[in-house]
Amino acid sequence: MSDRNGNLIVTASPHIKGGASTNRIMLDVLIALVPAFAASIYIFGPRSALVVCVCAAACVLSEFVFEKALKRPVTVGDFSACVTGVLLGFNLPVTIPLWQAVFGSAVAIILVKQLFGGLGKNFANPAITARIIMLLAFSVTMTNWTLPDGVTGATPLTMLAKGADGLPGLKDMLLGLHGGSLGETCSAALMLGGVYLIARRVISWHTPVVFIAVVFALTAALGQDPVYHILSGGVMLGAFFMATDYVTTPMTWPGKIIFGAGAGILTAVFRVYGNYPEGVSFAILFMNILTPYTNRLTIRKVLGEKEKEK
Amino acid sequence: MRRLRGARLPHNKNTAGSAPEALPTPQIVRIPMSMHIGAPAKPVVSAGDSVKVGQLIGEAGGAVSAPVHSSVSGKVRSIDEYDPATGQKATSITIEADGEQTLFEGIEPKSIDNAEQFLDAVRESGVVGLGGAGFPTAVKLTVREGAKLDCIIINGAECEPYITSDTRTMIDDARLIKIGISLLSRFYKVESILIGVENNKPEAIGKMEEIAEGMEGVEVRRMPSRYPQGGEKVLIYNLTGRIVPEGGLPLDVGVIVLNCTTLAAIARYIETGVPLVSKCVTVDGSAVKVPKNVIAPIGTPVSDLFEFCGGLTSDAAKVLYGGPMMGVAIPGIDMPVLKNTNAVLAFRRSDAKLPPETACIRCGRCAANCPMGLAAAEIERAFLLKKKELLELYKVGLCMECGCCAYNCPARRPLVQSIKLGKAMLRG
Repeated sequence: MSDRNGNLIVTASPHIKGGASTNRIMLDVLIALVPAFAASIYIFGPRSALVVCVCAAACVLSEFVFEKALKRPVTVGDFSACVTGVLLGFNLPVTIPLWQAVFGSAVAIILVKQLFGGLGKNFANPAITARIIMLLAFSVTMTNWTLPDGVTGATPLTMLAKGADGLPGLKDMLLGLHGGSLGETCSAALMLGGVYLIARRVISWHTPVVFIAVVFALTAALGQDPVYHILSGGVMLGAFFMATDYVTTPMTWPGKIIFGAGAGILTAVFRVYGNYPEGVSFAILFMNILTPYTNRLTIRKVLGEKEKEK
Repeated sequence: MRRLRGARLPHNKNTAGSAPEALPTPQIVRIPMSMHIGAPAKPVVSAGDSVKVGQLIGEAGGAVSAPVHSSVSGKVRSIDEYDPATGQKATSITIEADGEQTLFEGIEPKSIDNAEQFLDAVRESGVVGLGGAGFPTAVKLTVREGAKLDCIIINGAECEPYITSDTRTMIDDARLIKIGISLLSRFYKVESILIGVENNKPEAIGKMEEIAEGMEGVEVRRMPSRYPQGGEKVLIYNLTGRIVPEGGLPLDVGVIVLNCTTLAAIARYIETGVPLVSKCVTVDGSAVKVPKNVIAPIGTPVSDLFEFCGGLTSDAAKVLYGGPMMGVAIPGIDMPVLKNTNAVLAFRRSDAKLPPETACIRCGRCAANCPMGLAAAEIERAFLLKKKELLELYKVGLCMECGCCAYNCPARRPLVQSIKLGKAMLRG
């Protein structure tokens, strides 16, 4: 028996772990994105699949190469880079030149994520930030909207901003049969994915519900058509998939409500008063930057905590 | 009333149905002088002395301390200054048993007429918190002047997986618990005595309801089987709605919590005069061939327990004092059974190896599942950054180390370890 004495494993408690894992969470996010991915192929054709796959592959490769180059443990197996790639792809027009998609992917993973220390350390959402950088760098190709029928035209938001006629019907808005970034148009598919994530307890309802409700209320108050505002542009994609990113949004539920409300207000304000017809990315990035402070502001009261003596 | 969070764990109460079996007297016992919180006991015997079962071998070393008694009859072989397993300074007395188990002369039932005698008896019994904490029970039962005690809670939650020794106490020693409760209601003027049991122990609940019947103010409370139901602050909150203040004691909100086995041990001492010299221990885990409840003399090497339970599998890799959530991994199987050892678990290598840790993704599950409302991820970050002021801001001191955060962590961060180290950092 004594030979076993030296060989026992001694670690701090607890000695058992639950089933949750980072890659299972990321896999759930990918599963939740499948309906919108399928819809984008149906709406915009097979090039949609090409763009998303190129982004995902470029993100994973960027992470792999960066980590290899810095002799860090390779973490592509956690699927987080793949999620970033798919989300970035969803935020691009289907006509985007592939080299630009690759550039954006490298920006997302290397500049926004890895240079800040990798998974869990970045303060801004990699896909959102990469999209904003691409929008500024490639403003022509990034706003080259192709409609489902193959001709180039305006997104519903552009039409709303310019007061133009020809808005698609409500059913087409839900199904995504209109211009826009390839993964953001099919609101129904995105909501389906969002409900899946809430049901799997991957995300909580607080951020998306408050985000969408605030956009709805505020655009209505500003005299706009609120239904078109929540169903078009990046609201659904942003609310369910980007504003719920663990790393760059608050951990506490009051913080999540603040994040959702803030992003909703900024989206409405940017859309109604800004130069760009869309404002979701800017709103989320803005709230990302505030996240450490939102967390600090909303520390949960501990059971039995003494009030601070002044 | 806010619902406290926790973790849904596999129960693994494999031994709940097996009545404890008495271990044959071990050849040798090593009895540490510090099996409780507070000052270690001082040895009152020397090497070569003959001792008998129940004889005092270590007297209480201070106000917060507890006496230690011999668990076997035999001869003191040595008094060691150092723990052979950890190398730390910790006195222990090694006794060679003669196998006779002769009772010490003068052991007789105690007659208790007043609260003072009761408290003296508790002090002499050597009983400490047997739920695991090991806090000297006499100190806990000393109600300071001005405290408004109105409720005593008997803790039969036993929320840790595997452990069933309290379950067995409630089933097999219900009579002793009843005697204990009568003593408490005689000497403590409380409005209610609540027996809290998790609802995964129907037989124990039945027994407790039987003894509670006809006792005024005594009530059995079924609780959901959600870890850490048996944590003192959690139990008090769930049964009374009262919140123990930061840095305070249950008595500050008028409550004393006693583990059910602790109460039974006190009753046994008063009934027979035999102090706390043996303990019912659950022996289980994937590396134990025949899991059992075993009554073992205190100081018995845990290797004897495993042998009694069919031995260990060849790939046994981790041995715990206590349950898998809060238990302490021990370095060797020659470690002794302590007063507050309620289980000894052994796990095979495949179960003992935890998945590798990855980066925190700030998902917030640690905070969402903390019964106390702490944010373990923030505490860990504060610890890694060595920021004492952040550790204080996030109230590391209020953590009871139940492990719900680490259990639920998808990145498998060693959160409890960081918290323990964070507390140590604050202590300086």
